[in-house]
Amino acid sequence: MTGSALELARRQLLEPAGLDERDLERVLDRLLGHAVDSGDLYFQSTRYESWVLEDGIVKEGTHSIEQGVGVRAIAGDRTGFAYSDEILLPALLQASTAARAIARSGGQTRLQAWQRTGDQGLYPPLDPLTTLSAQDKIELLRQVDAEARRQDPRVTQVIVSLAGVQDHVLVAASDGTFAGDVRPLVRMNVTVIVEDKGRREQGSSGGGGRGGYELVTGDGRFFHHAREAVRQALVNLEAVEAPAGTLTVVLGPGWPGVLLHEAVGHGLEGDFNRKGTSAFAGRLGEKVASPLCTVVDDGTLPGRRGSLNIDDEGTPTRHTVLIERGVLRGYMQDRLNARLMGMAPTGNGRRESYACIPMPRMTNTYMMPGEQAPEEILASVERGLYAANFGGGQVDITSGKFVFSASEAYLIEHGRITRPVKGATLIGNGPEVLQRVSMVGNDLQLDAGVGTCGKEGQSVPVGVGQPTLRVDALTVGGTSTG
Amino acid sequence: MNETTEPVAEGIQAGLPPLESLQEMLDRVIALAREQGAGEVEAGLNMEVGLSATVRKGAVETLEFHRDRGLGITLYRDGCKGSASTADFSPEALRETVRAAWDIARHTQADACAGLPEPRFLAREIPDLDLCHPWALTPEEAIAVALECEDAALAEPGITNSEGATLSSHQGLRVYANSHGFNAGYTRSRHSLSCAVIAGRGDGMQRDYWYSLARDPAVLEPAAAVGRRAAERTVRRLGARRLPTCTVPVLLVPEVATGFFRHFVNAVRGSNLYRGASFLVDSLGQALFPPFMHIHEAPHLPGAMGSAPFDGEGVATRARDLVREGVVQGYVLDHYSACRLGMETTGNAGGVHNLVVDPGGEDFAGLVRTLDRGLVVTELMGQGVNLVTGDYSRGAAGFWVEGGEIRHPVQEITIAGNLREMFRGIRAVGKDVDTRGNIRTGSVLLERMTVAGD
Repeated sequence: MTGSALELARRQLLEPAGLDERDLERVLDRLLGHAVDSGDLYFQSTRYESWVLEDGIVKEGTHSIEQGVGVRAIAGDRTGFAYSDEILLPALLQASTAARAIARSGGQTRLQAWQRTGDQGLYPPLDPLTTLSAQDKIELLRQVDAEARRQDPRVTQVIVSLAGVQDHVLVAASDGTFAGDVRPLVRMNVTVIVEDKGRREQGSSGGGGRGGYELVTGDGRFFHHAREAVRQALVNLEAVEAPAGTLTVVLGPGWPGVLLHEAVGHGLEGDFNRKGTSAFAGRLGEKVASPLCTVVDDGTLPGRRGSLNIDDEGTPTRHTVLIERGVLRGYMQDRLNARLMGMAPTGNGRRESYACIPMPRMTNTYMMPGEQAPEEILASVERGLYAANFGGGQVDITSGKFVFSASEAYLIEHGRITRPVKGATLIGNGPEVLQRVSMVGNDLQLDAGVGTCGKEGQSVPVGVGQPTLRVDALTVGGTSTG
Repeated sequence: MNETTEPVAEGIQAGLPPLESLQEMLDRVIALAREQGAGEVEAGLNMEVGLSATVRKGAVETLEFHRDRGLGITLYRDGCKGSASTADFSPEALRETVRAAWDIARHTQADACAGLPEPRFLAREIPDLDLCHPWALTPEEAIAVALECEDAALAEPGITNSEGATLSSHQGLRVYANSHGFNAGYTRSRHSLSCAVIAGRGDGMQRDYWYSLARDPAVLEPAAAVGRRAAERTVRRLGARRLPTCTVPVLLVPEVATGFFRHFVNAVRGSNLYRGASFLVDSLGQALFPPFMHIHEAPHLPGAMGSAPFDGEGVATRARDLVREGVVQGYVLDHYSACRLGMETTGNAGGVHNLVVDPGGEDFAGLVRTLDRGLVVTELMGQGVNLVTGDYSRGAAGFWVEGGEIRHPVQEITIAGNLREMFRGIRAVGKDVDTRGNIRTGSVLLERMTVAGD
């Protein structure tokens, strides 16, 4: 199916405007005519829908269509950028005139012959919005609501949402890159509120990926999320104060991998390392984690939320080893930072939309499994915290300090999980925390497909994952100092 | 090369059409929906043009030209709601958008509270709030301002690296119309200058930033002042240590305190209240804060970032108290959530407009003396706030205070508590008010919080 996504993208993005490769050459020529080293055009069309159920009825639905083209000119380490929401030749030429204003000096570059980039076939080039009828979507939301309410009489509110996106993208660059992709993305979420004796709590669960709606409806996944949201909320109803201080923490498999995303992921993005602003800058080949830790970023996992056939610069995504048995091996790169650092692009050049400049971003970031059974890991802890689920996190890449917030956690006492504790933020230092990993489980899991990462105001879908991990010392931000 | 970029900037930035033509377009959209068979209809659009220039280590890094627009429509078909949006304003695209909303309303279910606010709530006059001050700025000028800002930061002793300085200038408009005959719009501008630099090396690196934001470029802080402040804030973090786990009073600096009061706004937001998703359900009339606290909304402050003549549903915004002598006087409601709660809209579709926490008499230094021994928080990290329970746990950095004086910077700690207790435990609000954003407050001194560290 090589080239089929490219053909579909061309049909969607160029043909309605009567544009062909010769027009793109003209636009790129205009970019390059003025001492610009390289340039690219990013065409995008996005169709989005969402449905929301609340109070037992589907009250809201929304639909949107957006399209446009981003034009980028690069001279040395300078970037000029303009975009237009009209995919028409005059608008393209105007945007390229603006973008090339960045160039004041630089080499004379000639446009290279087009090279079509193949399709990795990581997901079908379908329109997820049409994989289920509107009536079936409504019916599903109702069934999920009923399933959640059936779990427990203490459930007072259920909110279920379903969203689908189809993205067509096409990249044409002065180095001859000519690549396209059709990217489906679906997601569903269940949030419940439970109430008991005047105490209220919430729980939520969701999932998704790149494909049709069967990714969230198949195998009863929808109902699983309903039950899971209620279970979490009920656990939290029983939660006591979380401990405050530094203790041994066992992180569960799957979504708790947000640890890796914050603690090392952002710090290994090429731009921060080129500029020397990351706590990991200049540490390639150094030991930054315990030998049990091998961390990768992999955009090639079929159907995953963070996966892409090509990144937003037309580079095929790949499996990139970031940390191998504790040693820092690589950064995640877009083309600009790769070139300036004398490295190869890794397929991590991503952008929120045609209206944003690409930069190095994660895809699916996870830790490879170890050898220990999760029960063994728990049994090894005399007193500590078991964190099973998390909300989001944040990192200061310069100081290396990162946080991530547990939404479901338990005390470990004498090797056993005892009481649930309230959500608490965990804080650590990225270059240190993985050195304190003393046990790695054999139970690698990837998250269910709901992650979104923000950087410099741009949001992109990502994945995380990890096996059960034991971290010997991590600061837990509870309220109980006893 | 001596091609000037000036005409280019004009070319790409020109193109904010007159409000009247956009108002006519919304009239046509509403008429289309009515022809389709819709009962109530509303439509809103935003447009914005701008440019931003980033310099780093004395050289241009990026120059971006922005041009964004979007139109959203919501219609009701026998009481069932459908929404759609588009960035394409061509007649065919608008027709398709109306049809998409209509198709969605075929599948949604009616809700007794859904619909437009009653006409009596809609704004009748559109006051001029002094919100639009276009800046005829060429890319060269933008770059020059950013360079001056970063130069000032790099000149400060201790600064070792830079993430750069950015000047952004935007000009835009909002128009809203509905089938009650409301149709109004206003223009607005937004200019900002920011700088982020790094001090120290290797394991000891620290980063911090400063920014200035205003609707009128004349109100922006001088470029060199922004750069110097960014540098000072960064250098003072060098040598930060952890703290032992303890329970101490905490002083939130104004830019952190704004986020603290944002939690209050979110907890009294109608959508969270009627869902039972807030710890402040039924808090009206409760003494949530100490008696010296007053919090009000001032939506018509001239030139302020949060000012607006009407809310997201065309409802007139008005000055009002949210907290008087510590007691909750009102919630933050739009039409739908007000109806669900059996109340009236407060003109807050889309959020609050200039939430003002009345300042106290002490400046920051005075509050540090009052704090005596405890923690000054200058930065919070993460999202560890549970609005359903009020439980609060976030990463923090700042300074340790002993004997009423700042002793040393701290990092890699958390502060935790419960928002209800934190609100009740406010001991003072400073007069050092941050007026840049939509929430205006000085520093806030809290009686005590749990600090987790070593």
